[in-house]
Amino acid sequence: MSRILYKQQFSDDVFLMRLHAPLIAEERKAGQFIILQTDDDYGERIPLTIADADTNEGSITIIFQVVGKTTKQLSFMNAGDELPALVGPLGTPTHIEQFGRVVCVGGGIGVAPLHPIAQALKAAGNHVSIIIGARNKDLLILENEMKSIADELIICTDNGSYGRKDLVTAPLKELCEQHPKPDMVIAIGPPVMMKFCSETTRPYHVFTQVSLNTIMVDGTGMCGGCRVNVGKEVKFVCVDGPEFDGHLVDFDNMINRLNAYKDIERHHYKCFVKNAFKDEEVVL
Amino acid sequence: MSYIPEEQLITQAKCLFEEYLPKVETLKVKERQKIPCQEMPTQDPLVRSQNMEEVALGYSFEQARVEAMRCLQCVKKNCIEGCPVKIDIPRFIDHIAKGEFEQAIAVVKETTLLPAVCGRVCPQEKQCQLYCTLGKSFKNVEKSVAIGRLERFVADWERENGKVIVPFVKPSTGKRVAVVGSGPAGLVVAADCRREGHHVTLFEAFHKLGGVLRYGIPEFRLPNDIIDKEIETLHSMGVEIKTNFVVGRTRKLTDLIEKDGYDAVFVGTGAGLPIFMGIEGENLVGVFSANEYLTRANLMKAFDKKADTPIYPSKNVMVLGGGNVAMDASRMAKRLGAENVYVVYRRTENEMPARREEVLHAKEEGVVFCYLQNANRIIGDDKGRVRSVECVRYELGEPDASGRRAPILINGSEFEMEIDTVIVAVGNGSNPLISQTTPQLAVNKRGNIVVDETQKTSMDKIFAGGDIVLGAATVILAMGEGRRSAASINKMLAEAAD
Ligand SMILES: Cc1cc2nc3c(=O)[nH]c(=O)nc-3n(C[C@H](O)[C@H](O)[C@H](O)COP(=O)(O)OP(=O)(O)OC[C@H]3O[C@@H](n4cnc5c(N)ncnc54)[C@H](O)[C@@H]3O)c2cc1C
Ligand SMILES: Cc1cc2nc3c(=O)[nH]c(=O)nc-3n(C[C@H](O)[C@H](O)[C@H](O)COP(=O)(O)OP(=O)(O)OC[C@H]3O[C@@H](n4cnc5c(N)ncnc54)[C@H](O)[C@@H]3O)c2cc1C
Ligand code: SF4
Ligand code: SF4
Ligand code: FES
Repeated sequence: MSRILYKQQFSDDVFLMRLHAPLIAEERKAGQFIILQTDDDYGERIPLTIADADTNEGSITIIFQVVGKTTKQLSFMNAGDELPALVGPLGTPTHIEQFGRVVCVGGGIGVAPLHPIAQALKAAGNHVSIIIGARNKDLLILENEMKSIADELIICTDNGSYGRKDLVTAPLKELCEQHPKPDMVIAIGPPVMMKFCSETTRPYHVFTQVSLNTIMVDGTGMCGGCRVNVGKEVKFVCVDGPEFDGHLVDFDNMINRLNAYKDIERHHYKCFVKNAFKDEEVVL
Repeated sequence: MSYIPEEQLITQAKCLFEEYLPKVETLKVKERQKIPCQEMPTQDPLVRSQNMEEVALGYSFEQARVEAMRCLQCVKKNCIEGCPVKIDIPRFIDHIAKGEFEQAIAVVKETTLLPAVCGRVCPQEKQCQLYCTLGKSFKNVEKSVAIGRLERFVADWERENGKVIVPFVKPSTGKRVAVVGSGPAGLVVAADCRREGHHVTLFEAFHKLGGVLRYGIPEFRLPNDIIDKEIETLHSMGVEIKTNFVVGRTRKLTDLIEKDGYDAVFVGTGAGLPIFMGIEGENLVGVFSANEYLTRANLMKAFDKKADTPIYPSKNVMVLGGGNVAMDASRMAKRLGAENVYVVYRRTENEMPARREEVLHAKEEGVVFCYLQNANRIIGDDKGRVRSVECVRYELGEPDASGRRAPILINGSEFEMEIDTVIVAVGNGSNPLISQTTPQLAVNKRGNIVVDETQKTSMDKIFAGGDIVLGAATVILAMGEGRRSAASINKMLAEAAD
């Protein structure tokens, strides 16, 4: 059981919550995640990155986007409610050291998991450039938090409603062409965005780390549902990752695997929303 | 053996019971040998392949007593030799023959804690029943006394009649024991250490207890009610339970001792690392480890419409492997609506490691067995989903040093089968999470924790047992190791107190 201490809505579909979890707050490191359930009999186990932690309060912060039934259900919960199951911290922490010049690229909700990593990289003495992108201004998150860390902050929106009207790969390419070029890039966001960031840096031979969000069940290496092709090897994202060398990841296979249950999950989601708003007209 | 309806078996047993009851005290060996074996009543295969309810329905009262009368009460008790925990088999069976069920279950419980589980899932035909003199006299292990079914009968009788008593717990010793993992090994250690009066905390990574009994072995073979009952007993004994707690991550193993003040730790984290075949196409959409498939179906209840966790919709399923896990996966796939389920195994039925009963049940339910065959590569469609599997055929060669005839590939035998789901059930390795996060802990090259004869690991105060030590083994062996570990822990803590 874990109590929700605080909830904040960032946009229509994006929420932040602080959860009471003193042991996880104490042990967690940048790059790790938790798995939670909104119901421990019939609920799904969903992984979410630990965006921040406060050992004094004994809390962790999660930032999530509503994409299906469980995230929708979670968005209906409020401060004071209890989550029946929360486990973590899971995954291998990000390897942090002084690399030199680092570029952090965050797309959409991916800015949330990027934040603690950027923080740790800055603390380790790196020069940190941050690129964050979103479809539009309303979907942009953690701008101020990132600003306070970044040596340089570039904001992109798809429709130009704020910052540059560009995809994040455009400024990334520019940075790769500068001298000195970056020593390393970290890209976190939707799989397609991570794929294209990796393609952008490949010709410049800049090591590019990505954080994969595969489908998971247990999160402890027991089921293999989270497996991805990395170079010639098969890796389990929940224990070997979530971070891998983006130049080696087979993104197309990963994207196919993420879509394995698309139709069923869409159906679950619709049923759930219809039930939740019985008396109102819902447009899906 | 083909399916016989339950009523028929029960009626037959009633007649036999009337006939033999008057002579129960005086039966001669020859007469006992003549009593027919009592078949286990099951649900009709056509019905059960569409539901999750338990397949084997359990003996009726008369069947149990008639079967018990078959036991020769041998002077040389071979059967006991075959039981890893050395249950006093003839003694408990004699009580059943006489209708003294309460005494019978008491005998069983002297040595085993989970008889309702072992009676259902033990590979009896390779253990106690293999050694049974009666079976040997017929040169047929299937004619041995049905020891496992009788064990199940008395355990169910006890539970269903509300006779389960919470074991006596000694006054508190003030010592604290951490048990990591709630599979059969961990459950037994928790009970045995708690009985001595130690404070026990049971840590489990998942949100539900039971280990493989919960997430692996399906409801239709081992109902969750039975596991729940065992856990309820631990609860009543005052065992502290912490689910959603991954030792190694939520807390380091050593921190349990150094920071949290536990005096002893037992590690029973199981095998839990799925092995894949390493063939082309294994990461296509529609290829699952048996662990994933069964966890979705069992633990996450994907068979139930209420559940959020999805299961892959399948029409033609291929299961790779020939053990119990493969049987469970194939029978589960049938129940989840697959039209055709093929079990593909490289050798023949004789070499198949699965329990015979499971193989028979799977066949009755319509699972098709393809022997001397293996998958060569998995072929996908343009969406990256499984479309077909290319297979190859084998023939059996000369017996090798171990006496087993090795399968030999037939060159040019490739052929394709139209398949949309592949379930890989070729074994489990040991989960490296604990050893990776505890580098001081000695493991062998297969990743199994190394222990001495008292189950102690290379580290002080840390013991281990079950599949994490043995490699993927059996419930009863895991339980046996748990018992031995608990005895060592109790001894260590008692000595420390002196
Ligand atoms: C290590 C890791 C860290 C993550 N961190 C965050 C985070 O900080 N914030 C956040 O909003 N999301 C994060 N995700 C993604 C998040 O887990 C999924 O959005 C969530 O599981 C969806 O659940 P649902 O029931 O709401 O939707 P579902 O109905 O389950 O799915 C809707 C769609 O989302 C995708 N999806 C389904 N399951 C998963 C899954 N387990 N992981 C990824 N995508 C999935 C599929 O394409 C699916 O069709 C993370 C995922 C991983 C693996
Ligand atoms: C599908 C299937 C069918 C089987 N059928 C049979 C059968 O018919 N007969 C038979 O005798 N045997 C059978 N077996 C084998 C048998 O189930 C195992 O040998 C037995 O369960 C091992 O027990 P265990 O206690 O060692 O571990 P497990 O039952 O594997 O339990 C280990 C537990 O530890 C937990 N855990 C792991 N790591 C951590 C951690 N770091 N922190 C906290 N908790 C952790 C796991 O979540 C799990 O709950 C089968 C196995 C499978 C997979
Ligand atoms: S525990 Fe297993 S081996 Fe021992 S008597 Fe029971 S069924 Fe046979
Ligand atoms: S060996 Fe068989 S017949 Fe003899 S006592 Fe044991 S169970 Fe009975
Ligand atoms: S989620 Fe099961 S192995 Fe990674």
